[in-house]
Amino acid sequence: MYNREMIKNEYLGRMIITICGILVIVLTLSIGVFLLVKGAGTFLIYKHSVWEFLFSSAWDPQDTSSGGGKVGALIYIAGSLLTCGLALLIAAPFSFAGAIFMTEIAPKTGLRLFRPAVEIFVGIPSVVYGWIGLTILVPFIKNLFNLPHGFTVLSASLVLAVMIFPTITTVSADAIRSVPQEYRDGAYALGMTRWEVIKGIVIPAAKGGIMTAIVLGLSRAFGEALAVAMVIGKTKAFPRSILSPTNTITTAIASDMGGAMEGGEYNTALWTMAILLYLLSLFFIYAIHKIANQTSEGNNKCRKTI
Amino acid sequence: MKKLAKNLLGTLMILTAGSLAFANGTKDGGKVTTITASGSSALFPLVKDAAEKYKVVNPSVSVTVTAGGSGTGLAQVSDGSVDIGNSDVFAASKLSADKAGALVDNKVCVITMAPVINNELAKTVKNLTKQQLIDIFTAKTKNWKDVGGPDEQILLVTRPTTSGTRALFKQFALANNEEASNASLETDNSGTLLQTVSQNKGAIGYLALSYLVNNTTVSTVSIDGVAPTMENTYNGSYPVWGYEHMYTKGSSNKAANDFINYILSKDYGKLMEAQGYCVTSKMTVSRNN
Repeated sequence: MYNREMIKNEYLGRMIITICGILVIVLTLSIGVFLLVKGAGTFLIYKHSVWEFLFSSAWDPQDTSSGGGKVGALIYIAGSLLTCGLALLIAAPFSFAGAIFMTEIAPKTGLRLFRPAVEIFVGIPSVVYGWIGLTILVPFIKNLFNLPHGFTVLSASLVLAVMIFPTITTVSADAIRSVPQEYRDGAYALGMTRWEVIKGIVIPAAKGGIMTAIVLGLSRAFGEALAVAMVIGKTKAFPRSILSPTNTITTAIASDMGGAMEGGEYNTALWTMAILLYLLSLFFIYAIHKIANQTSEGNNKCRKTI
Repeated sequence: MKKLAKNLLGTLMILTAGSLAFANGTKDGGKVTTITASGSSALFPLVKDAAEKYKVVNPSVSVTVTAGGSGTGLAQVSDGSVDIGNSDVFAASKLSADKAGALVDNKVCVITMAPVINNELAKTVKNLTKQQLIDIFTAKTKNWKDVGGPDEQILLVTRPTTSGTRALFKQFALANNEEASNASLETDNSGTLLQTVSQNKGAIGYLALSYLVNNTTVSTVSIDGVAPTMENTYNGSYPVWGYEHMYTKGSSNKAANDFINYILSKDYGKLMEAQGYCVTSKMTVSRNN
């Protein structure tokens, strides 16, 4: 016999939480299915090959349902990889320095001042970053390098770097903080200096968390459309250097989707790019899990040897 | 913890109730009819303004407008998710023939597209021939000195390939020559375009006249000696214009039809012209595509 009190206390909460949990899983999967339905047409209806989509740079899909255009998305893929890679190169040193500073060097200032300051960055909407980029960074780059205009890969990477900096910093800081105090104490007891402890003990021990931070930052950079769109110039060509404009997957989807004919070749090709983004983010998540597993195994081995 | 959860829940409920009341209620408690419209971003400012003015004369109707591009607007009105689909182009160019056939076209206004250049450049460049314009946008001409301007590299600022504005400009200003996409900056946002052209001395782009009312940050250029103005559009001498359409699915939606008729009315026509859109009924020329 279940009485009402028992149902209310025990089963109701469990039921709500189970339903919410299942709903999230269903939602994720159905987004994938939806993208597949919308985007598979590039290959099934318009008969393009996966090879052409990934490795050709001839992008000229027709905005009609009769097809016959070209759907090589290599310019967009390369543009995304290049801007995000560069953003990571710019952001990573600052992020690691920041993370080490706020955990090892000045934990008190770090906790009271640095961390809140970094966290404010996360809350700023991307359109604000984009607008600052457009009105300040773009003219600045133009004047600095004496270019005809300042819409460059470098501008986009700098904006992205500022946007992923807080993610990488906070996640790496958490990883560093979770390194057991005994590791440090042991190393100090052996006569290591503070810098040697940071370099030789703390960072290697937090490696897994730091890698996770990088992957998280990278996936955030990959998904950003708005801020990048405002500063990259959206030229349909490979960048000749980091000082020339190009285009990325997300900005192309965001700017071209609205005007494209529903179900037309152009529209479908854009959905196929969305599938690619979905697969990439799945890959990133897989990578994070892989790294996390390896590290926990490594740490266990380490503990056993000790 | 429990208290916090209760407080949160309470706040949420008050917020929801508040917003529901706001959406449904009027002062006299009468029922509000909601009309939804989506599509063309070139037409968006006009429909939004009309919606506000319409609310004053007709408080029982509320119009919600969004801008997502002509393709989106047409697709949404066709599948019934909005009442009105705003478009820069005829429905047949973005929908299949049977879907387009089910829609009723209302040519609410005419929009004029003007080539715009940087103010600094406009001191020397005031007019371009159609051929010069084609050469510039296909990147054959790369420096302003070749068309009578200063020694300054040309910077093209254009629209995405799927944009209705771009389709219009290509058809009537560039004689169907494809723009050089690999040598131009692209933006789907007129604000960004204005900003880019005003910041770069060699920049040229194109904009609807409606974005140039009371705007002195960029200058327009004449084509073959004809200035892009409303008078020249009315008398047919300036060629780069197109109809703005508001499509409805069938003609049974009375609320939507009333709203469109309000936009087409003489009273609103004056307000329309003040915003830089041409009134369809004043046109001395017409087109079927």
